[in-house]
Amino acid sequence: MEKQEKYLDGLTIRFAGDSGDGMQLSGTQFSNTSGAMGNYVNTFPDYPAEIRAPEGTLYGVSAYQIQIATKEISTFGAFIDVLVAMNASSLKVSLPKLSKGAVIIANESGFGAKNLKLAEYETNPLEDGSLSDFEVHSVPIVETMKEVCADLEMSPKFIERTKNLFALGIVYALYSRDSEHTIKWLNEKFGKKPVVLDANLRALKKGMEYTAVNDEFTTIYKVEKSEVEPGFYRNITGNEAAALGLVIAANRANMHLFLGSYPITPATEILHFISGYKKHGVKHLQAEDEIAGLTSAIGASFGGYLAATTTSGPGLSLKVEAMGLACILELPLVIIDVQRAGPSTGIPTKPEQTDLLMAMYGRHGDAPIPIVAATDAADCFNMTIEAARIALKYMTPVILLTDGYIAQGTNAFKVPHIEDIPEMSPTFATDPETYQSYKRDPETLARMWAVPGTQGLEHRIGGLEKEDITGNVSSDSENHQLMTNLRQAKVDGIAKDIPLLQVHGEQSGDLLILGWGGTYGAIKDAWNDLRCDGKVVSRAHLKYLNPFPANIEEVLNNFDRVLIPELNMGDLKMMIQGKFLKRIIGLNRVDGLPLQTNVVYNKVVELLESKEG
Amino acid sequence: MKNVLDSVLEEKHQGSFEFTAKDLKSGADVRWCAGCGDFSVLAQVQRIMPTLGIAKENIAVISGIGCSSRFPYYMDTYGMHTLHGRALAIASGLKIARPELSVWVATGDGDCMSIGGNHFIHAARRNVNMNVLMFNNGIYSLTKGQYSPLSLKGQITKSSPLGVLDDPFNASALALGAGSSFVARSYDKDAKLMKVVLERAARHNGFAFVEIYSNCVIFNDGAYDGYTTKENRFDNTVNLEHGMPLVFGKDLEKGIKLDGFRPTVVSLTDGKHSKDDLLIHDEADTTLAAILADMTYNPTVPQPMGVFHAVDRTPYDQRTTEQLEHYAIQPGAGDMNALLKGNDSWEIK
Repeated sequence: MEKQEKYLDGLTIRFAGDSGDGMQLSGTQFSNTSGAMGNYVNTFPDYPAEIRAPEGTLYGVSAYQIQIATKEISTFGAFIDVLVAMNASSLKVSLPKLSKGAVIIANESGFGAKNLKLAEYETNPLEDGSLSDFEVHSVPIVETMKEVCADLEMSPKFIERTKNLFALGIVYALYSRDSEHTIKWLNEKFGKKPVVLDANLRALKKGMEYTAVNDEFTTIYKVEKSEVEPGFYRNITGNEAAALGLVIAANRANMHLFLGSYPITPATEILHFISGYKKHGVKHLQAEDEIAGLTSAIGASFGGYLAATTTSGPGLSLKVEAMGLACILELPLVIIDVQRAGPSTGIPTKPEQTDLLMAMYGRHGDAPIPIVAATDAADCFNMTIEAARIALKYMTPVILLTDGYIAQGTNAFKVPHIEDIPEMSPTFATDPETYQSYKRDPETLARMWAVPGTQGLEHRIGGLEKEDITGNVSSDSENHQLMTNLRQAKVDGIAKDIPLLQVHGEQSGDLLILGWGGTYGAIKDAWNDLRCDGKVVSRAHLKYLNPFPANIEEVLNNFDRVLIPELNMGDLKMMIQGKFLKRIIGLNRVDGLPLQTNVVYNKVVELLESKEG
Repeated sequence: MKNVLDSVLEEKHQGSFEFTAKDLKSGADVRWCAGCGDFSVLAQVQRIMPTLGIAKENIAVISGIGCSSRFPYYMDTYGMHTLHGRALAIASGLKIARPELSVWVATGDGDCMSIGGNHFIHAARRNVNMNVLMFNNGIYSLTKGQYSPLSLKGQITKSSPLGVLDDPFNASALALGAGSSFVARSYDKDAKLMKVVLERAARHNGFAFVEIYSNCVIFNDGAYDGYTTKENRFDNTVNLEHGMPLVFGKDLEKGIKLDGFRPTVVSLTDGKHSKDDLLIHDEADTTLAAILADMTYNPTVPQPMGVFHAVDRTPYDQRTTEQLEHYAIQPGAGDMNALLKGNDSWEIK
C-alpha cells in the first residue's frame, strides 16, 4: 500500500522504559539525528531517583523526551505526540501528558501479566479499548529480534537489549529520520564488538523496515529543515557545557584550572567531566566535604589558578562561610550552583530557582558577590566563561546559578572555534616598588593580585578586615566603612560592563514578562505563542542578577505591570520590589517541574483579561 | 599565548637566595600574651626556614582561627589567615595547584582537631606534602578559655566549671590512624628539640604533623609543666631517636622496655636491665608508632618527644602532577577545538 506523506511543524517524542532499556540512548540518537538534519531540538532526560529501580515498576520508569521543530523552540514539549513505551508502567506514567491522537509504539512483550500487575493495570490497555483516543501500534519487537539475530552467537538476553534500536528504527522511518548519523555512531561505539554492532545495526534496520512494510502505518511524516545557521553543532547538557566553559575560560585567560568539588546531585556531572579532562592539564580535587570543595579552590586561587567549585543547594549552604572569606580576600573564583528542590535534601533530581536569595544575601556581614545565571543548557557554557571573566577582571568570587533542568537537559550547542572566544587578560603583580595588596585599579576597583613565588611581593591576606591599600589588619571604624563601601562599589560597577536588558516586543506598555535563568525557554515559547495569538505583551530575561543590567529600572518603569514567573516563592520578585519599589506580579511554581509554557501562557491571558495588578 | 602564571614564575630571582631569620619578621607587632609558648615556635620556625634551601618567596604559611593562627601575620612570607578549621583544606588546594611551594600550616588544638577535624584526617590520608604545626595549648584561648578536644577529662574551664566530661583526643594516635606519613611532638620550652623536629618536618616529603605543647599563660597555665619544666622533663619525657634505645632520666639511667605490647620503665642501674633490653626506636614501624602514641596518656611512662613516625609515601600533590604529565603527552592533549566539538557532532551546511 502506498503511504501518504505529511509535513509537520514539529513533534514531541518520548522514549520510556526501564532503566536498563536504553531509552537515554534512543533519545540521544533521535535528537542528535534531528539536529544533524537541521531541526531545532530540545531534550530532557527523566531518570528515576533510584539507581537501579526494580524492573517494570511505575517508579522505575526512565524516559527521554525530545521536541524537534522547524521553527525555533526552547522547551522539550509540554504534550507528547509520539510515545515509545517499552512496558506497561512506562505507558501508564506517560499517559497524562499525551496529546489527543498521539502515536503509541508499544513493545508487546512489555505488556505481559507481570508487567500489567506491576503497572497496576487490571486489563491490558493495548487490548481493552482504553487507548481509543490514540493511534496504538503494538509491536512484537523482542520476538522479531530473536528471529533476526538467530544466526548470531548471542544470548537471548543480549538480543533483547537491541529493542531500543528496533524502536528507534520504527520512529526513524515513521518520521523520515536519516539513519546515517546513528549508524556511524554505532560503528564508533561498538567497533570492537562486531557481534553487538551487527545485532544493533540489524535492529535499527529491521525497525525501519517494520514501518515501511506494515500497512498499519498509513502515513509517513516529515519535519522540514530549519533555517539553522551553518556550522558544527552538538547536543550538550548544561553540566557538560559548564565543565567545558571552565576549561575554555582557563584557556582564554591563559591560566591553569583547578576544580575543588564534592559529589552532589544534580551538579556531580561537572566534576565527572572535569576529572576526564586530564589531558588538557586540568587539576581537580574531589574534596572531603563541600566546605573543602570551596576552600581548596580558594587555596588554588591564592596560588594563581583560575579556581572553581560546583555544587547544589545543600552544598551552597555549607559553603556560605567560605564565600564570605573569598569576598574579603578579593580572590577570583567561580562558584557554580545547580539549583534543586529544597529545603534540606528536598527533591534532589528536580529543578528549582530557590537559591537566588541565598546567593544574594546568604552571608554574614555585608558580603556582595556578583551573580549570573544561565538560560539553557548551551548557555551554561557562555555564562561559565562570563562568570570567569568577571571573577578575574574584578578579583571577586562569582556565583553562576543553573538548575537541575538545564543542567541535565540538552539543546543544540553551536560549536565555536576556540579563537572566536575572546581572550581574557588577568595580570599578576611583579613589581615590589608599586605592589600593595589592597591597592585597586581605579577603573574596576579590583585589587592587585600577587602570587606566591613572586620575589619581593610576600604579603598576608586573611579574613580580618583589611586596611585600604596596604591590606594590613585593621579594626579602624572609618576604614571598615570605607572597605565595605569599596567592596559594594566594585560589584555595583560591574553593571557598566554587562549587556543591557533587552525587551522583546513593544518597548513600553501594559505588561512585561520578566524572567531569569533557566525559565528562559518556557517564557520564550509562551511569549511566541501569545504573540501568534495576537496578545500584546513584552518579555525580557535577566542573566545578570547582581548587579542588574544598568537599564533595568528604566525597563521596569516602561511597563504598567510586570509579571515575574520563577521556580520559587518570589525571590526575584522580592529583590526587584525591594530595590525599585515597583510592585511585581509573581507566578511562582515549586512543583518539581521545569516552568511549563502553558502555565505562563494562561497566566498572561488571565492578566490581560483581568487588569489585575 | 604563554600561561600567565608560568610567565611570572619564570622570572629570575634577583640577587642572592639567602635570607635570615630577621628577614622573616614581617614588622607586624606580635600580639601574643607575654610568656605565651607560641613565641618559641615562631622563633624556631624563623631560625630553620633560611637553612632549608628554599627561596623566601616560595614559602606560604596558612592558618585557621585562634591565637596560634595569627602566625602568618608575623612571617614575611606569603600567608593567609583563613577560617576556623579550614586552613588544611585551603593549604591543600594551594599545594596541589603549586607543588613547588613550601606550604606550612599553623593551627591550634581546637582549630585542627575540633572544627577542622575532617580536613585534618583527609589531608593526612592524602598525604598532601605540607608541614602542619599544631600548637596544642589544651584550651580555646582566643575565645577566653573553653575546653578543647585536647583538654583533659575533669579539667575546669569557663565552659566546664564542674570539670570536662569527655575524654581528649590522642593527637598523635589520631594522626597515625588517619595515615599521616610523619608524626612528631615537641614543646615550647625545649628550643633544641623543637628545631630538630621542625627541620625534620620541613624536609619530610609528605604530610608532616607536629604537635607542639605550647603553654597558655592565661587560660591553661602550667598544663604541661609535669613534663616540660627543667625539673620534670628528664624524668617525664623520653626523646626518640631512630635506631636508638629509649633511654631517659637526667643521667640516662632509665629506659623503656616492651612487655608484650606494653611499654614499661626499667632501671639501667639496678643491674637487672641493660640497654640491650630496651625498645629500639624505628620511625618506619607503624605498630611501634601506635605504641608510642599510646604512651601520651599513660601515667606510668614518660611522654615521647621527637619523631614518632616517618615513612616515604608519594604525596597527593606529586601524584596529581605525575598524572597530568602522563596525560599531557596523549594524543589530542590541549586540543581545545576537539574538546569543544566532542564525539557526536554534526555539520549544518
